[in-house]
Amino acid sequence: MAREAELRLRDQLSKLKSLPLLRGARLEGDLERLQRQLDHLVAEPTDDEIWHSVELARHEDRPYTLDYVERLLEDWFELHGDRHHGDDAALVAGLGRFRGRTVVLVGNQKGRDVKERTRRNFGMAYPEGYGKAMRAMELADRHGFPLISLVDIPGAYPGITAEQHGQGGAIARAQALMARLRVPVITCVIGEGGSGGAIATALADRVLMQENAIYTVISPEGCAAILWRDAGEARKAAAAFKPDAAHCLELGVIDAVVPEPEPGAHAAYDEAARLLGDALAESLEIFEGVSGEDMRRQRRVRFRTIGQVSATR
Amino acid sequence: MSERIDVSIEHKHAAPEDGGRPHPNTCPGCGSHYRDDELEANLRVCPHCGHHFPVHARDRIRQLADEDSFAEEAAELRSDDPLGFFDLRPYTERLAEAELTTGLGEAMMIGRAAIEDQPCQLAVMEFGFMGGSMGRIVGEKFARACESAAERGVPLVSVTASGGARMQEGILSLMQLPKTVCAVEDLHDSGGTLISVMAHPTTAGVLASFASLGDVIVAEPGALLSFTGPRVVQQTTREKLPEDFGLAESNFRHGHVDQIVPRPELRPTVARLLRLFSNGA
Repeated sequence: MAREAELRLRDQLSKLKSLPLLRGARLEGDLERLQRQLDHLVAEPTDDEIWHSVELARHEDRPYTLDYVERLLEDWFELHGDRHHGDDAALVAGLGRFRGRTVVLVGNQKGRDVKERTRRNFGMAYPEGYGKAMRAMELADRHGFPLISLVDIPGAYPGITAEQHGQGGAIARAQALMARLRVPVITCVIGEGGSGGAIATALADRVLMQENAIYTVISPEGCAAILWRDAGEARKAAAAFKPDAAHCLELGVIDAVVPEPEPGAHAAYDEAARLLGDALAESLEIFEGVSGEDMRRQRRVRFRTIGQVSATR
Repeated sequence: MSERIDVSIEHKHAAPEDGGRPHPNTCPGCGSHYRDDELEANLRVCPHCGHHFPVHARDRIRQLADEDSFAEEAAELRSDDPLGFFDLRPYTERLAEAELTTGLGEAMMIGRAAIEDQPCQLAVMEFGFMGGSMGRIVGEKFARACESAAERGVPLVSVTASGGARMQEGILSLMQLPKTVCAVEDLHDSGGTLISVMAHPTTAGVLASFASLGDVIVAEPGALLSFTGPRVVQQTTREKLPEDFGLAESNFRHGHVDQIVPRPELRPTVARLLRLFSNGA
């Protein structure tokens, strides 16, 4: 079952090993982690390990988008507002310099303390947030800046005005815009990749996932409430739909797993940021010299063929 | 709308058959009860109060398309069980049961058709098949419908009725959102048209993907069109919901659908749109 993912990871390992000594001693650490992931994958995560990922992805000290922005981007200039009627603090967007070049970054943002959590609506975006993201994406496209999106959202906000402002349509149109972009788009799920709220900013050329992030079609609690008729069965639900990075890699939903420092990104922000930065840079390199038209076509083919099924049961 | 059919007194508010669930032919709007043929004759719209009963995919196609014009495509596609998903029952068992009760292989039928002599491609969802949920096969069928429409140079008409992405295929179901979105983008790039008809209910992952990307969006009266359902919103916000929360009428007021079209007018309306988009060709 884990075959393909294993092959991909081995491939990645050999690639890392063959890299010139540019990154010096730090490379050893990465290798170790990749090896650990490989072992992990071959062993097939247990239900407890899957639930541990869910807990780490939601860890209250986990680095959020702006923690990475601070460590990875220079000259960060945050963009505010959707230019229609609001600014959604649950989703940040801006311009910055990433390893020498200008990029546009969009990312979901949770809050650290009670006050900020409320202001940022626990990271759950309104349609206004997707409006802001779309404005930033259009800007990237217009100026040829690569787009980086960091995904960390429990789910799009389930509220009255969110619906009245067209939550479903906003998520659909954000994806449609991403499918049209002629610049490289790299997404990394850095915490919770919650359902439609996540996919709205994740239609990318390369999709990465941090080691302890989760990517789900519905929250484990939501799934449990519907299928088990008891939200308390979230552990069972998580085990059944396998939202952890290893399984997402195995299913071909993501392209690579970004290692985290032990015992998780919350323990060492700088190290987590360095590893994320390296992975983003490596992904961007792939698109050097690729034409915008080709990127766009390949991006659509990528999603057209994910998880394709053989003809009959 | 057709003439009113008088309902005899003893048919009104017929007692629920299995102790709880009202009979599917009892109108939730006014309590009138109908025989199957009475409802069929009126396109499954309550002749008394105008409530729109759900319509199965096959019946919908019969209502919309010219007689004998529909040629189904990709009918042989069946889902497998990529995660070995087991909740209270195995996924494969749910799939087999859904196929038995609906007579369909999946929650969407696609094929070529004509409406008032205008050629088009149809993609019609079946809510009776696991709540019209979108897994890999529904996504694949929709993508093929887009490709077929583009190849033939005809508009695609989608009729949606769905609870959203199918949980049993996990993250792969979420991937059907970008997949169908990319398919619509390819269709649009080829100069093609998507006419989106939203029936009750068009929610979650289907609303948040291809259904919202129609060049024109029409909705049936009273259809629930919301990303999150009213129960979850109520539980999350603890606020009192507006009476028409998430309904087609509310979506129309807030600018998310072009028109609300009662079912008897749906066929002529779609035909008119097909004529307009074919630009007299």
